[in-house]
Amino acid sequence: MAVAAKLRAPGWYRAVLGILIGFGFGFGLVVAVRALYGWEVINTDAITTVELITVPFGFLFGIGAFDYWFRWASGAPTIPEDHSGHGATSWRDYFRVNTDHKVIGLQYICTTFFFFVAGGLMAMLMRAELAAPGMQFVSPNTFNGLFSVHASLMIFLFIIPVFAGIANYVLPLMIGAPDMAFPRLNALSFWLLPIAGIMMLASFFAPGGSFATGWTAYAPLSTDTPLGQTFFSMAVQFAGASSVATALNFLVTIITMRAPGMTFWRMPLLAWANFTTSLLVVIATPFIAGSQFFLLLDRALHTNFFNVQAGGDILMYQHVFWFYSHPAVYIMMLPGFGIISEVISTHARKPVFGYRMMAFSLMAIVVLGFTVWAHHMFVSGMFPWLRVPMMMTTMLIAVPTGIKIFSWLATLWRGVIHLTTPMLFALGFITMFTLGGISGVMLAVIPFDIHVSDTYFVVAHIHYVLFGGSVFTIFAGIYHWFPKMTGKMYDESLGRLHFWLSFIFFNLTFGPMHLVGIDGMPRRVADYAQQYAAWNAIISVSAFIFGMTFFIFLYNIVTSWRHGPKAAANPWRAHTLEWQVSSPPPIFNFDEVPTVVGGPYEYGVPGAVHGVFKERVPAITAGGGGAPPPVNTE
Amino acid sequence: MRKHPIVQMLTIGLVASLIGIAIVLNINWFPKSADTAAHPIDTLYDVLLICSVPIFVLVMTVAIYSVVKFRARPGDMSDGAPIHGNTRLEIVWVSIPFVMVTALAVYGWVVLNNVEAKKPDERVINVVGQQFTWHFQYAKNGKGSPGPCGGTGPNQVTTNVLELKDNEPVHFQICSKDVIHSFWVPEFRLKEDAVPGKTTSIRLKPNRVGHYTVVCTELCGLGHSTMRSPVAVVSDQEFTAWLQRQTQPAPGAAPPASGGGGGGGGGGADLAQGKQLFTANGCGGCHTLADAGANGTVGPDLDKLASAASKFGKQLNESPVQYVTQSIEKPEAFTVPGFPKGVMPSTFGQQLTPQQIAALVKYLLSVGKG
Repeated sequence: MAVAAKLRAPGWYRAVLGILIGFGFGFGLVVAVRALYGWEVINTDAITTVELITVPFGFLFGIGAFDYWFRWASGAPTIPEDHSGHGATSWRDYFRVNTDHKVIGLQYICTTFFFFVAGGLMAMLMRAELAAPGMQFVSPNTFNGLFSVHASLMIFLFIIPVFAGIANYVLPLMIGAPDMAFPRLNALSFWLLPIAGIMMLASFFAPGGSFATGWTAYAPLSTDTPLGQTFFSMAVQFAGASSVATALNFLVTIITMRAPGMTFWRMPLLAWANFTTSLLVVIATPFIAGSQFFLLLDRALHTNFFNVQAGGDILMYQHVFWFYSHPAVYIMMLPGFGIISEVISTHARKPVFGYRMMAFSLMAIVVLGFTVWAHHMFVSGMFPWLRVPMMMTTMLIAVPTGIKIFSWLATLWRGVIHLTTPMLFALGFITMFTLGGISGVMLAVIPFDIHVSDTYFVVAHIHYVLFGGSVFTIFAGIYHWFPKMTGKMYDESLGRLHFWLSFIFFNLTFGPMHLVGIDGMPRRVADYAQQYAAWNAIISVSAFIFGMTFFIFLYNIVTSWRHGPKAAANPWRAHTLEWQVSSPPPIFNFDEVPTVVGGPYEYGVPGAVHGVFKERVPAITAGGGGAPPPVNTE
Repeated sequence: MRKHPIVQMLTIGLVASLIGIAIVLNINWFPKSADTAAHPIDTLYDVLLICSVPIFVLVMTVAIYSVVKFRARPGDMSDGAPIHGNTRLEIVWVSIPFVMVTALAVYGWVVLNNVEAKKPDERVINVVGQQFTWHFQYAKNGKGSPGPCGGTGPNQVTTNVLELKDNEPVHFQICSKDVIHSFWVPEFRLKEDAVPGKTTSIRLKPNRVGHYTVVCTELCGLGHSTMRSPVAVVSDQEFTAWLQRQTQPAPGAAPPASGGGGGGGGGGADLAQGKQLFTANGCGGCHTLADAGANGTVGPDLDKLASAASKFGKQLNESPVQYVTQSIEKPEAFTVPGFPKGVMPSTFGQQLTPQQIAALVKYLLSVGKG
């Protein structure tokens, strides 16, 4: 009886049942259809491809991600919302479908850091293999799998979703909302994510090994490789769906749920950053979903999108893929820009310099970001005329990006700079991202790109942008909001140690890659010529130490979360709304809805506040907008 | 007495930029140059470096200066100056980068047109990529066309070495037989993908005699890191003699120079042809075979072929010759346990004639005795 009840109620028992039903359904479907056609009924590739769809949906159904909508859609009485699925009182509440954005935020962050570690361990294995010329530890197939899964996990399961996680936690608080606009959709978005990650990891157990065609999965190599490739195409669908659903949620939340008085020009820049990122996600992500569906159809149903003999077009894959995957670079960077604006203004005690230009430059990056995709294809054999316009637009993106860098520097100027760990990571970000930006402009110049395309120079560039850029902002954000999320303070000395070691060994790992790249070492190789041996040995040793620095972070976070000193509501004396409530915040965020009366970063302005909680509405907020923006008052 | 901070920083920045530029220009970034495109590209890179260093120095100087100068003293709870912006400054840092990147883009465009310009009297050479080797197709008689890339033609000779005449412009027509590859010789600085179903191109003029390597830079499967072919830039006479030798009948078909006259009946010739086929088809990219100097590890070790062929042949009810022939013509039929399926290209059955395959099999079984 108890078992039957457990199997009916949403949760892990029903999830296991759902997985079994999904498995059985997928298996039966394939066998039945193949039997009807008179084909050999057991075909591993066909069965696995269908299982990759039915099993995740069985799981999602079992864990309870669809319960409310299914009742509503089938006309059954919906269960009145008693908020029992909201908030967390024990660790168990983090392992079920939970509609509280703060719980979901932490679910996101912890899940994504798990995949960050997995992807990082793969990088360590690759560096072990590359420490010396020749083949030592892994086979070429495993090596190709390692760099493919490494990149896919880091992009789709770490950088993109961890920003969604941080924003999930912080953004509703920041704009004075009780939650996200669609809490149930928010929960579903999260639960799609571990599915994608586990699918990518599970590909290692597929016959023929994991997908091994890079995270770019260029056709026709990817249409002709073993089953593991299907795991990638399918995982991207789940990660992409998660991303799109969250982005829609952010857009609606930001547009409709801002506190009274919070005009767009009074929003913190993190809200601007997530608004613009969400636009990118919603517009661009369907393109990668499309590219992967083309691959799936070619692989599973033998369509001919990329079969040249049957009239397929191979470059079409690259155009569709990069039409997402270049904007994806900004999807992985703009939320970080938002974090840096918060961290720098708070820890330097100064208003963000040129607030409006900071928001406009985000919008400019969104627009320009859609006009540059073919700079990944300068040597692909595409129509030559497209290259020069793409070079121009790519280089123009340096302008809005430059505005941001210079404005942060101007924010530091004449501030009162507290060199806390988040601030150190923000400073590390500014300098390293400048290097990544400079090498990005170099790569845009076609004749130079022709030489270094697909070499280690590109590997160096993307790690300066995505690690020195995005991941440093992630660390800055995690340290900055750790007191708010956990109610505990992290250890400042360990934080500083983490920063300095990772800053130094980051540069020793990825800096020399510029040199070996220009000198002629191609990327994605398990073996290389003797002439690159010395640098690769240095890179590998640095990479191992660099990898270890993560454990300082992990130790700091785990011990501080358990035993750290209690954090005040507003340890940084910040002005934005999330710091005006307790740490961690109350279950519905604001016991009393705040009214926003000024800009978010009015440090040093006598008597200025961002939001107030009492009925004390100054005249300037009448009408909920139209107040003069707090810029250019110097 | 105290200097204005901006003046201080400008001085520091200027000195640091000059030192930085001196350092980066003295790094020997590129491999040695071997064609006429290398010089303008290397110069372009130097210009990019000269423009980049001051920007990086500017960011570093302001960041470090601010941290040193404006760092909070312990217990300092005050706020910074409430500066919200400065329109003039913002216009400056929008327009200067704008002018800089526009100028660099125009310069890049000029260099691009320069290196890609059509040159008079080009020799057309087809570059054919396949997993995991390159072939080069020349016109037999002087500078005519070698026919469509990857195709066959009466006026065509195929080699597995890229031999170029010093100071002679060439037009590479690049294509692929299976997946995407990318043709790159670092010393030439130029690169272009070999795309199935398309013919792409590179024009260049080699100008330094020497030996280089074609590197495949587009991930093309398990043997990607071994997909390398030799390039030689040689003098006029050497090139003519080399091309002459290529146009003679393949060594396998040549009458045996010595020995083998007895009962062997051309056995030595078969073996020589087999060895030539082994090298020319890039088998060494994946397989080890000491006799041919190959040490690939993607596929089975062919030094141990004879014993493996008899063992697996027995399982499949085939003679060793049948087994090896099938492994070349229909590799998907059987994969040696422990090796991934579907890696061995299945196109050799069409590319090679039955006579060639027979010669190759004979050669492999004769040298792979382990």
